[in-house]
Amino acid sequence: MRARSGRRPWLYLLPAAAVLVPLFGYPLYMLGLLSVFDYRQAQVSGGQPSTFVGFGNYATLLGDGRFWEVLLQTIGFAAALVLATLAVGAALAVLLTRTGPLPRAALSLAALGAWAAPAMTGSTVWMFLFDADLGLVNQVLGLDGFNWFYDRWVTFLVVGATIVWHSFPLVMLTLYAGIQAIPGSVLEAAALDGASAWHTFWRVIVPMLRPLVTIVVIQSVIWDFKVFTQIYVMTNGGGVAGQNTVLNVYAYQTAFGSSEYGLGSAIAVVMTLVLLVFTLLYIRALHRGGERL
Amino acid sequence: MRRIVPNTVACVVAFLTAFPLYWMVLSALKPDGEIQSLDVRLWTLHPTLDNFVRVLTGEGFGRYLLNSAGVALSVVVLSAAVAFLAAVAVTRFRFRFRTTVLIMFLIAQMVPVEALTIPLFFVVRDLGLLNTLASLVVVQLAFTLPFAIWMMRGFVAAVPEALEEAAMIDGAGRATVLWRILFPLVAPGLVATSVFSFITAWNDFVFARTFIISAKDNQTLPAALLVFFKPDENDWGGIMAASTLMTIPVLIFFVAVQRRLVSGLGGAVKD
Repeated sequence: MRARSGRRPWLYLLPAAAVLVPLFGYPLYMLGLLSVFDYRQAQVSGGQPSTFVGFGNYATLLGDGRFWEVLLQTIGFAAALVLATLAVGAALAVLLTRTGPLPRAALSLAALGAWAAPAMTGSTVWMFLFDADLGLVNQVLGLDGFNWFYDRWVTFLVVGATIVWHSFPLVMLTLYAGIQAIPGSVLEAAALDGASAWHTFWRVIVPMLRPLVTIVVIQSVIWDFKVFTQIYVMTNGGGVAGQNTVLNVYAYQTAFGSSEYGLGSAIAVVMTLVLLVFTLLYIRALHRGGERL
Repeated sequence: MRRIVPNTVACVVAFLTAFPLYWMVLSALKPDGEIQSLDVRLWTLHPTLDNFVRVLTGEGFGRYLLNSAGVALSVVVLSAAVAFLAAVAVTRFRFRFRTTVLIMFLIAQMVPVEALTIPLFFVVRDLGLLNTLASLVVVQLAFTLPFAIWMMRGFVAAVPEALEEAAMIDGAGRATVLWRILFPLVAPGLVATSVFSFITAWNDFVFARTFIISAKDNQTLPAALLVFFKPDENDWGGIMAASTLMTIPVLIFFVAVQRRLVSGLGGAVKD
């Protein structure tokens, strides 16, 4: 079946192209196009012609302190999430290698549950747990009526915890599978040489898992950089006076909240470009990991 | 004996990790009085299905549940068929631009789909599909495809080509080989891939929120959940019951294919 003949593979790719070109390629092109136009409610309804503004929207963004604040906030929040996810996931992966079968099964199952939970329901449950009046956390801590969704950093902390809860299982289970694949003799040799658990982890396990770690890191960066649902739902669209906005939510609110579709598109383009850089890193990591295309 | 510490830590973490889900189900089963009570308990002696009955009948959640299931299943079926064909194309044939096509699928996986919300809104509007479930099906199909193709590729490649060649020598046509021989052999992979498509479609919040504006009856679960958040007082019992209804199908699917989860995701997890 491995034929050189030209047309058949394209025939098989046709249905995929029929879906992806109009619903992926074209919107991507349109996003770029929208971002260089002044496109607001009047233009959407056809009342006014849309005017080409070149990089005008981008200039507006670059000159807007608010945009920079959101950009930095997004990067900082994503970085904190990635670090927390990796630290928790890696620590628990190592822990799994040292437990008995029953606790291991319990932790794996619990992690699968947290992983499987939709972002939406994860958000609602954590909101309920941290509810000012009826939340379990306040009642246990005796904080009567403390609002976890008022202060900017406290809000980020709770939303961040929710996101880490959703995302550490992937890191934990992937790294655990990776550690399991390391030949036992290597770890035995390390133990014979008198290496401590800490040393074994950093000097033996981490170097051997490097390709896997790279991929987990980049996956986490990509996911955490474009988080939407948890922020949007838990902070009711961006928090008090939009203080908890991240790039994704900011683009959405600018477009659909303020009807500034051109400006919103420009924000989305910036976000896409940042992620594209990480995508390229990801592809390179896959290559280095020995993945054949 | 030296396992006591790790075992204890693992159990505590397992408890903490599972707790939000436990709390969700428990709160869904609690009678209203207990949810409102400031004397909080980690159990209930009076479990009731009142919250479920209320959301399913009063708030029309049965309808949203059906909408979600309809959208997700349509996406799964279409995505599986299209991804299977595309995966065959990139694994069984050598052709120009093959690597280019593959890299485009990979890049498509990484494009932040939320960033496409704005142009897609106009595409869907121009197609006259705003407020319809079809809008969600086509958009979700586009977003699940790249990953589905990427994952199916591995399963198709694992089937020995000799089987197909033997069938063709016996006189079977290409279509027969494709559907009678290859398709059944990759069925397990198709199931695993479908679960991911299902979960993506089932969990979608942003597109349901954006495309279903006025036709409330066409809303799907994630966006419909917002109905329960009221400015004055949230109906937590209802929210937790609805969240439980939304989580259970995904949980079942996840556990069913958990063995393939780690090896499938990332595509690079190799032993």
